[in-house]
Amino acid sequence: MDITRNKYDGIAVCAPVTIPYTRYSLKSSHWFCGQSIAALIKRAKIKKEAIDGFCISSFTLSPDSAVGLMQHLGTSPRWLDHIPMGGASGGVALRRAARAVQSGDAEIVACVGADTNHVDTFRNTIATFSQFANDAVYPYGSGGPNSSFAFLTDYYMREFGAKREDFGKLCIAQRENALPVKHAMMKKSLNMDDYINARTIADPIRLYDCVMPCAGAEGFLVMSIERAKFLKLPYTQILSTIERHNAFPDDPIQYRGGWAIDVDEFYEQAGLGPKDMDLVQLYDDYPVICFMQIEDLGFCDKGEASKFIKDKDLTTKGNFPLNTSGGQLSQGQAGAGGGFLGVVETIRQLTGEVLGYQVDNVQNGLVSCFGMINYDRGLCTSAAILSKGDL
Amino acid sequence: MTTPLSKPKRKDPTKRTRIPSLPPGKRSREAHGLTAMAAVGRFALQVCNECQKVQYPPRQICSNCLNDKLFWRDVNNGGKLLAETKLQHSNDTYFRDRIPWRLGIVIADAGPSIVAHLGEDCIRDQRVRMSLSIDRAGNAVITARPEKPTQLEEDDVQLREMAFNPKDRRVLIVDGKTELGLRIAENMVAAGARDVFVGSAEPWRSSSYLDKIKDLERTSIYSLDVTDTESVKELASMIGDKVEILVNNSYHLRMGGLVDKFDINTAHDEMEIHYHGLMRLAAFFGPIMKLRSADGPQGASAWLNVLSAYALINNPDLATYSASQAAALSLSQCLRSEMAAGGIRVLNAFTGPIEDEWQQIAPPPKLIPDTVAKRIIKGLQDGKEDIIIGAVAEEICARIAENAKEIERTIKL
Repeated sequence: MDITRNKYDGIAVCAPVTIPYTRYSLKSSHWFCGQSIAALIKRAKIKKEAIDGFCISSFTLSPDSAVGLMQHLGTSPRWLDHIPMGGASGGVALRRAARAVQSGDAEIVACVGADTNHVDTFRNTIATFSQFANDAVYPYGSGGPNSSFAFLTDYYMREFGAKREDFGKLCIAQRENALPVKHAMMKKSLNMDDYINARTIADPIRLYDCVMPCAGAEGFLVMSIERAKFLKLPYTQILSTIERHNAFPDDPIQYRGGWAIDVDEFYEQAGLGPKDMDLVQLYDDYPVICFMQIEDLGFCDKGEASKFIKDKDLTTKGNFPLNTSGGQLSQGQAGAGGGFLGVVETIRQLTGEVLGYQVDNVQNGLVSCFGMINYDRGLCTSAAILSKGDL
Repeated sequence: MTTPLSKPKRKDPTKRTRIPSLPPGKRSREAHGLTAMAAVGRFALQVCNECQKVQYPPRQICSNCLNDKLFWRDVNNGGKLLAETKLQHSNDTYFRDRIPWRLGIVIADAGPSIVAHLGEDCIRDQRVRMSLSIDRAGNAVITARPEKPTQLEEDDVQLREMAFNPKDRRVLIVDGKTELGLRIAENMVAAGARDVFVGSAEPWRSSSYLDKIKDLERTSIYSLDVTDTESVKELASMIGDKVEILVNNSYHLRMGGLVDKFDINTAHDEMEIHYHGLMRLAAFFGPIMKLRSADGPQGASAWLNVLSAYALINNPDLATYSASQAAALSLSQCLRSEMAAGGIRVLNAFTGPIEDEWQQIAPPPKLIPDTVAKRIIKGLQDGKEDIIIGAVAEEICARIAENAKEIERTIKL
């Protein structure tokens, strides 16, 4: 028996907030979570008690989970979720919170992705990431995600003929998009020479292929459309979402992600196709994964991403606005916040609350998330299509 | 082709010696299954008893059928190199000191994709052979080399971290007054050791083996009596900072039982040489070697004890000898633990009866000393932890694994 998935009718996603990124911070993840929730309350002009659901993602909250955080912040929600899916968390938080509100289990859910970054945080995170990582990849050069993505990039370039210049085009366009964002880690525009000749990190990956770990947070609220209207909050609606874990385990090396399994259902639920997307936010800890998302989300065939972006302008003024606030490659990777960046930027663009450049005439935005490089590949994928709500 | 190892130069005394650091050592219990296989040079992975799927990384549940009966089984060590990288950046001090560091991802013929340390001659899309090696922290890692051995592959600086080819390394052989000592010295010279230091106790007593050692190139003889603390201390202060591989081949075997042939003096001598001797060597050579494990590609690297397989099970015909070997084996485990902190690997060779004047009564098959020496050097080159030498030693290990009570009751010369 086929069961059609319910739509996300009546759900509003709104109040995008960002706690400005810093390279390092002495503050804890609790602080970044708390600041995000305070910002959400301020933005929505509601009391703390009005938020009765929380959906939290953070690597550095340990030894606490979302539970301890609630005591820390003096909140008593009736719905609580802790999503340990790193870069895929934003998309997953969105769909879980939406269902909670739709079913009446919660009225307003605050979704937050936050992490701090002390000087030793990144190393500690990757040195104790998982059993498979500890046993079978970290003792091999201790490169962290750099070495895993070096493999994927090396394989992808050779298999599909992608050139470093193709990746460079994406990185340069994203940098342009990031320039007006005050807290972006990268503040200067990037040219092809700089990109190509940057310091090698893990062949073929060079400096500007890598995100810079930083501290920061991203958050948004999920509530009913009625409530958003009552609170006079510009909102977006969810047309479709997907999530997948450990897809294609038999692929000897990763060249596609879970999106490829779910892509048809994804567009079918929205009643739209790739061509209807006015802007796209892709998870971009390394450019190669953006290429895989472009392919797996149906913008072009497998291996064709280089060709696809060749005649596209990826800036906010262009014909394929991509990572419109610069993505993590320019803004920095605020831990699990990186998994929320695309969702928050999509909300910002569709509700006119941008920190940088506004893309003109936007109705539908696609956001895609990717997380948890474990052993040899990334395990979690999620994606959503949001559309502008009518106030 | 692998970059030839640059000839070791005289050390500049004004330059600071690099402080030893270790690769990340955190492993799960399951992953130490790999260590057990690596120790004896096997390439074995977990295989599901139910569906035969080969698993990697190690785990407790089959990723195909969820069965929990996973067994370590030898699998084909071939594979194809799918992708590679040369790290120029690492988050760990050990690798930062040694970059660039080559890694690859190999699709094993046995099934899984395997992240491996990569030899210099490996080429993308081409076939490789993998081995289970042990890294400087003492844990198993997978290394990949081209399918067909290449010239100079043992020169690979990265792989030399996990294997102890004597080439260009300086070796101390503790006892030069046995045939085995002579053969080890000869084979070390042949393997390209930079210097071979050979110990000799009781210098007033002549030895035909020592006479032959005198004629070997790059070889020098030093007074060393492992039963004399001052003697060990003196030699350590003289050459301790040059010893890069230490071979402890101290040997004192006499026939004898316990109740039936009680002889406390023999027992005492055996303990003095095998057990207290190891203690003295450890006390004076250990600390210096630990400080020099990161001193370039020719830094101090390995400590090898030549033990009898009777260290693993008492042979009543050699009762006190077996006991002293067991004592040395026990101590070697402590030595391994303490030396690991300094990045020095401790290896044990277990031999069956050797063809020499003291084991005349032992029936064949017996090992000729030159064979033992060659196997020791091969074991060093492979970086094995337990080097089992000869049919008798192999049989003893197999029988202990099968039924220790059976061999305990039936073992004899």
